Amino acid sequence: MHDFVLEGGSVLTDEGVRDADVAIVDGRIDAIGQDVGAAARTIDCKGAWVGPGFVDLHAHLREPGQEWKEDIASGTAAAAAGGFTALVAMPNTDPPIDAGHLAMYVADQARRSGRAEVVSAGCLTVGRGGERMAHIDDLWDAGVRIFTDDGDAVANASVLRIAMEYVAQLGGVVSQHAVDADLSAAGHMHEGAVSSRLGMYAIPREADNVIIARDITLAKLTGVRYHVQHLSTAQGVEMVAAAKSDGVDITAEVTPHHLMFDHEDVRSTDSNFKMMPPLRDSRDTTALIEGLRSGVIDAVATDHAPHAAMEKDIPFEHAVSGVTGLEWAGAVTNGVVALDQLAFFERMSVTPARIAGFAEQGRPLTVGATANVVVFDPDVLWVPASTLSKSRNAPYLGRELKGRVRTTIYGGAITYGE
Amino acid sequence: MNNLLTTEHLDREVLEELLDESDGFAEVLTRPIPKVPALRGKTVATMFFEPSTRTRMSFEKAAKALSADTVTFSPGTSALSKGESLKDTALTIRAMGVDLMVVRHKATGVAWRLAEWLDIPIVNGGDGAHQHPTQALLDCLTIRQHFGSLDGLKIAIVGDIKHSRVARSDIFAMTTLGAQVVLVGPPTLLPIDPEVWPISVAHSIDEVLDDIDVVYLLRVQTERGGGSVFPSESEYTRRFGMTSDRFARLRPEAIVMHPGPMNRGVEIGYDVADDDRALILQQVSNGVATRMAVLFRLLGGDHDA
Amino acid sequence: MRQVMSAEDLGRVTSRIAHEIVERNQGIENVLIVGIPTRGKPFADRIAAALTEIEGAEVAAGSLDIGMYRDDLDTRPKTRIGPTEMPANIDGRTVVIADDVLFTGRTIRAALDALADLGRPGAVQLAVVIDRGHRQLPIRADFVGKNIPTAISERVSVRLDEIDGQDGVWIDHGGDE
Repeated sequence: MHDFVLEGGSVLTDEGVRDADVAIVDGRIDAIGQDVGAAARTIDCKGAWVGPGFVDLHAHLREPGQEWKEDIASGTAAAAAGGFTALVAMPNTDPPIDAGHLAMYVADQARRSGRAEVVSAGCLTVGRGGERMAHIDDLWDAGVRIFTDDGDAVANASVLRIAMEYVAQLGGVVSQHAVDADLSAAGHMHEGAVSSRLGMYAIPREADNVIIARDITLAKLTGVRYHVQHLSTAQGVEMVAAAKSDGVDITAEVTPHHLMFDHEDVRSTDSNFKMMPPLRDSRDTTALIEGLRSGVIDAVATDHAPHAAMEKDIPFEHAVSGVTGLEWAGAVTNGVVALDQLAFFERMSVTPARIAGFAEQGRPLTVGATANVVVFDPDVLWVPASTLSKSRNAPYLGRELKGRVRTTIYGGAITYGE
Repeated sequence: MNNLLTTEHLDREVLEELLDESDGFAEVLTRPIPKVPALRGKTVATMFFEPSTRTRMSFEKAAKALSADTVTFSPGTSALSKGESLKDTALTIRAMGVDLMVVRHKATGVAWRLAEWLDIPIVNGGDGAHQHPTQALLDCLTIRQHFGSLDGLKIAIVGDIKHSRVARSDIFAMTTLGAQVVLVGPPTLLPIDPEVWPISVAHSIDEVLDDIDVVYLLRVQTERGGGSVFPSESEYTRRFGMTSDRFARLRPEAIVMHPGPMNRGVEIGYDVADDDRALILQQVSNGVATRMAVLFRLLGGDHDA
Repeated sequence: MRQVMSAEDLGRVTSRIAHEIVERNQGIENVLIVGIPTRGKPFADRIAAALTEIEGAEVAAGSLDIGMYRDDLDTRPKTRIGPTEMPANIDGRTVVIADDVLFTGRTIRAALDALADLGRPGAVQLAVVIDRGHRQLPIRADFVGKNIPTAISERVSVRLDEIDGQDGVWIDHGGDE
């Protein structure tokens, strides 16, 4: 007797997309087909897509050190509600994850909550200070595969180059928060017609573009696997495309909020539209959507950045940057970009899992594999009104979205839904 | 009208009504008893987070001329410096029984936040470099008193427009009332993407002098966040200052205005400031009348049914 | 809607009131006519014109805005401010307030407050086109065009050519106040 049968859905299998039932028992996928046998519970998947659980390359779980904003338990609960079965947690915690034992702490906390697999990214430099390489081997032995000083771009090109060379020989990924500190220091939003109306100090596109251009040059030199975080500019997309043609081992992500919103949404000076890099104009948004569709942008990554009300419910210029997004990433991507099932799962699950090196995640459903599965209804319209995160700084509350997670299964257990 | 936050979306009819009513209140200020009981029993709070004696006094005078009571909040001596949030400060003052709040703050959008948090009318007394709507009203009233109407008038706004909430408020109010606005300043002080604004642009004041009805001079500061925005004050004066020579070239009916406080000798010539055609003091007295009209409109005379 | 005064009636009533003012005050040397906007002002202008004809001396009418003196601002949907212009200093003079309809008396009470802030009149008198009853304050008119008992729900409209393009008085039954 199976634990679950997922019945009547359109399933992304290792042989392509087909209508099938999926049987799960003892944490594994036991059968995929038409007559899979009886189960203790049947989950109705009619009208829904069934595929590998989503994988987030970029989430801030705030533990250790900032648990008032979020912790691994609440963050993974929100992730499960958003259809995620795996996350890469960013290392800008307190203390930052620049040594192996801290990375192991994060992974262990996630195991204790049991809602999703979490691997920590590791700092590229000690304390994210940008001066000396972090203990990369130590982090590698603790399971870290992605290295980033996220929150800051590594400013010193020589330090970056050396770190890239080091990570390259291990086969890891250098992931960059691609925003120049000096060009963005005084600004709060995108530099353009809206910032001009509001009279606010602003951040030009070039803040992103100069870092991406520099980094691509160094990635080419060092041969490292390089990943651009949260693309926000059309030129950024172009540079990634050109680098790929040029044979550079480069990947890129885009956030759901950069797909759905632009600087016009900042007119209200609602700080739920304040993030780094900022929301740019419609030309950039169009290029990002197109880039994700074509695959130049490899993955959707949430940059889930919880902040407490006292840090956000204040004047825009004083508010901290960042918005949450784990619960709605799939819906936003589906509603705005309208990918077919195969492309959708490639951007949400398959490719991010490959970039992060998750062995048991992001795999099209295969008999015998660990059951990390999401059931996603791509047609339903709904309006989010609540969140499982500790923080409510989300631009999506109260807005209509298209597409919704019905059930999330992690390691064969239901972490969200019926 | 529930709040006055910006001139950007005020339509012409509302603007004209406010100006008409300001005329009525200007007459009150000329009476032996320059006071009417319209807002008796109401309390107006002024929350000025940026130092500004003049605008605050103008609002207080306006409130008192309408027989309202006033309370003022000064951040320096208050709990805000002890870490109380803006929201808590606003809610606390509201809880004391305040009927309307005038707020000025360095950060953009603060008046909008207060309007979200509180159930009383909010008047934006200046937010960052964004808007200062009552300034625009008093400026338009002054121009209208002199010319009868703003239709077809050519108005030059000169100076640091990029960092000026006065300029932004004036641009929208003046163009809505039918004027043509030209922005005059060095490229570093003009807003980005001027083509999306309903204005034209010039890079020296001499270009526009011969065919202008109103020269509106903005106050200039040499240092702005991020470093110098133009070489020196004397170079500014050379290209953009309303010197006596330039003033002599203006048409006889043309006027000069300034929101104050003035840097005599920099953006405005020493003697120009005292000429009859420099209407700076008139702007100040119109300020009280227009603020009376605004307070009356929000607290006394206009409620969404 | 029924008409209760024609244009001719209105003309006759204005003339009669002008004569009454002259008689009551034994001439008009010390008299000022002041109308309450909106329609009180053209009514005041007509009285002034009639007085000019009767007495031969030029009489001008002022206007007295009372929007700033109302005691019911919170309950009214919108109060506009009109102009206040006195033809002369009111100290010691007899001020005749002119308005179109006398109803609750609150408008006149506000006018008395406004006059008190402008000076110290020797006496104040009141001329109205229509007195429709339902006073809420102890106020009465000295010169009345016509007394018309009404129901509170009715609406009395005095129309004047200067504003409405026609002259006359109509009553509208029921519905809104």
